[in-house]
Amino acid sequence: MISKSKLLSGSAGVVLALAATPLLAQETTLVIESWRNDDLTIWQQTLIPAFEAAHPEINVEFQPTAPTEYNAALNAKLEAGSAGDIITCRPFDASLALFQEDHLADLTDLEGMANFSDVAKSAWSTDDGSQTFCVPMASVIHGFIYNADAFAELGLEEPTTEEEFFAVLDAIQEDGTYIPLAIGAVDQWEAASMGYHNIGPAYWAGEEGRQALIAGEAKFTDEEWVEPLEVLARWGEYAGEGYQAQTYPDSQNLFTLGRAAIFPAGSWEIALFEEQADFAMGAFPPPVPAEGDTCYISDHTDIGIGLNAASPNAEAGRTFLNWVASAEFAELYSNALPGFFALSNEPVTLENELANEFVSWRENCESTIRPTYQILSRGTPNLENDNWLHAANVLAGTETPADAAAAIQEGLDSWYTPGMYEE
Amino acid sequence: MAATIEHKPPRRWHIAVFLAPAVLVYTAIMIVPLFSTLFQSLFGPVDGERAFVGLRNFQTLFFDPRWAASFWNALYNNFWFFFIHMVVQNPIGVLLAAILSNPNLRLRGFYRTAIFIPTILSFVIVGFAWQLILSPLWGIAPNMLDAIGLRFLFAPWLGQEGAALTTLALVSVWQFVGIPMMLIYAALLSIPDEVIEAAEIDGVTGAKQFFKIQLPLILPTIGIISILTFVGNFNAFDLIYVTQGAQAGPNFSTDILGTLLYRTFFGFQLQQGDVNMGSTIATMMFLIILVGVCIYLFGIQTRMRRYQF
Repeated sequence: MISKSKLLSGSAGVVLALAATPLLAQETTLVIESWRNDDLTIWQQTLIPAFEAAHPEINVEFQPTAPTEYNAALNAKLEAGSAGDIITCRPFDASLALFQEDHLADLTDLEGMANFSDVAKSAWSTDDGSQTFCVPMASVIHGFIYNADAFAELGLEEPTTEEEFFAVLDAIQEDGTYIPLAIGAVDQWEAASMGYHNIGPAYWAGEEGRQALIAGEAKFTDEEWVEPLEVLARWGEYAGEGYQAQTYPDSQNLFTLGRAAIFPAGSWEIALFEEQADFAMGAFPPPVPAEGDTCYISDHTDIGIGLNAASPNAEAGRTFLNWVASAEFAELYSNALPGFFALSNEPVTLENELANEFVSWRENCESTIRPTYQILSRGTPNLENDNWLHAANVLAGTETPADAAAAIQEGLDSWYTPGMYEE
Repeated sequence: MAATIEHKPPRRWHIAVFLAPAVLVYTAIMIVPLFSTLFQSLFGPVDGERAFVGLRNFQTLFFDPRWAASFWNALYNNFWFFFIHMVVQNPIGVLLAAILSNPNLRLRGFYRTAIFIPTILSFVIVGFAWQLILSPLWGIAPNMLDAIGLRFLFAPWLGQEGAALTTLALVSVWQFVGIPMMLIYAALLSIPDEVIEAAEIDGVTGAKQFFKIQLPLILPTIGIISILTFVGNFNAFDLIYVTQGAQAGPNFSTDILGTLLYRTFFGFQLQQGDVNMGSTIATMMFLIILVGVCIYLFGIQTRMRRYQF
């Protein structure tokens, strides 16, 4: 039998040893909250080791949640005070609300912020731009990824206009080997983000149209906002059998298995597609309505990173965020995750060809962001969610473009008056 | 018999002691949150500050055209979901139990287990598996229908407004039919042989025997199953969320109170969560279930004849 005193001294020793370890190492551990669970390996194998090599006194842990649960989980954790130190920021209102509720720290005076343009910071700044609360990490660009082998086989070329686009789809349909377009209606965001917001800017003239919508000078029922819905409605014919019940992963699989020829994409697909597809891929920007029109791309500020205002490790957190704002991070991140384009002013060399293709459109096309993100999605019904719903209905052929446009506008009108957020 | 009868019975402390953990845990994780939810539904933002607003949230829920449309749509769908369960799950459960209680049936244990297994699976697995089975792209449903020459009957059911909710209700029936089956099976087995023999002597046999003798005797069990199904269906959420997402597509045709509550309370995508409106919906769910259970308890249960043997 172990004597009582032995037991006591033994356990005391263990307690002492446990207590002493952190003291000896003087380490701070930062926990990152994120919805990018796809990026776990990149953080663990590339980004965190690079940071820890430069800052051995800080430990970083990446703890992602599933994308669809992130907002709810994060809000609950922040309310309960159990959230991590570093918070990955959704663009615009979701993060702005967190900042206004004092969950996110003000980062306006962070040295690294100097590396970003106002446009890059816009998604994580207050409406007047005076305060910024997240370091911009990356934007994603919309366009179309296609099966280059299939195009070569059928003698097709990248379409530049709407007319050419449908001619290409017709040609693929006629041949019958491939489903022309990989898109489904069940995961509604696919119809809105990869459909409406992808091709739409060319019709509503990008930023000009978006600003007009916020100012109340344009409405979803205006011709330039209905037209892309009409184009979207035509996509249904080319989407393959049963596309009404096709999920987003279904679409991805259809394309990477070589069964569909064109994928209406966001650049975030690049990494996964390169890993899974065993055919050559190419990409083209959204087709313009008519020959000679200016081309527009949705270059959407998508991901930022901020500091939990309640974090006990604020100093280490700021060190980390400064590193995220650095050119070193931009280079590592953009190359580890081709398709997420760093927003930093520092030039970044990309090794991925497809990613380079996407980013090259910035030279000839006007950039804009998704029109439903800034300001207009603050109320109930939520414009973005309404947009998903009606875009999916139009794609599935259960609602006419005109009805969809009217319903979206009606939802917005029910709570939004232009200028209501201006002081 | 006992010679000494205590005049003052000893205080039975052990009852309180043994009940305490359960009471404490149940109070902490069920009763307190329930009342705080009810309480929260009476609050709302007034000029940006949280304040007591009485029944204003309920007024919004019922009379603001948009909230009301979502709420009634979800409630209607919920009733449809429950209706499909009642008309499909109970008869199939009774039928399966009747078949299983036939002493001539071989491999009874195997069937019983096979039919019961889905009830222990997670919603996520069931939802995902059925989504795959019914997928127009990779599902086996189109091929199986093709094999018997009925390919034309196949449609992307989960993507059609008219079919999606019924399809999901049937998937849920598939998952849970084992529970009524087991309960009814047990009830059927507990009917004494004398009753059956007496019926046979009177010339009541076969289907007639089932409807005249056995069915009335298992009615209390069917009543309990119905109320359990009612409570389960009106709390349902997982299956819809897993297969159709929080927007309960297509076009909110599968939106039930649970998904509406989730979207409202926690927010969704760019929609910010609204704790007070969410609590209001949760309160309505609670009241609907409470009313349903009360109707059952006082309207049906108390009038049901109990047969004692």
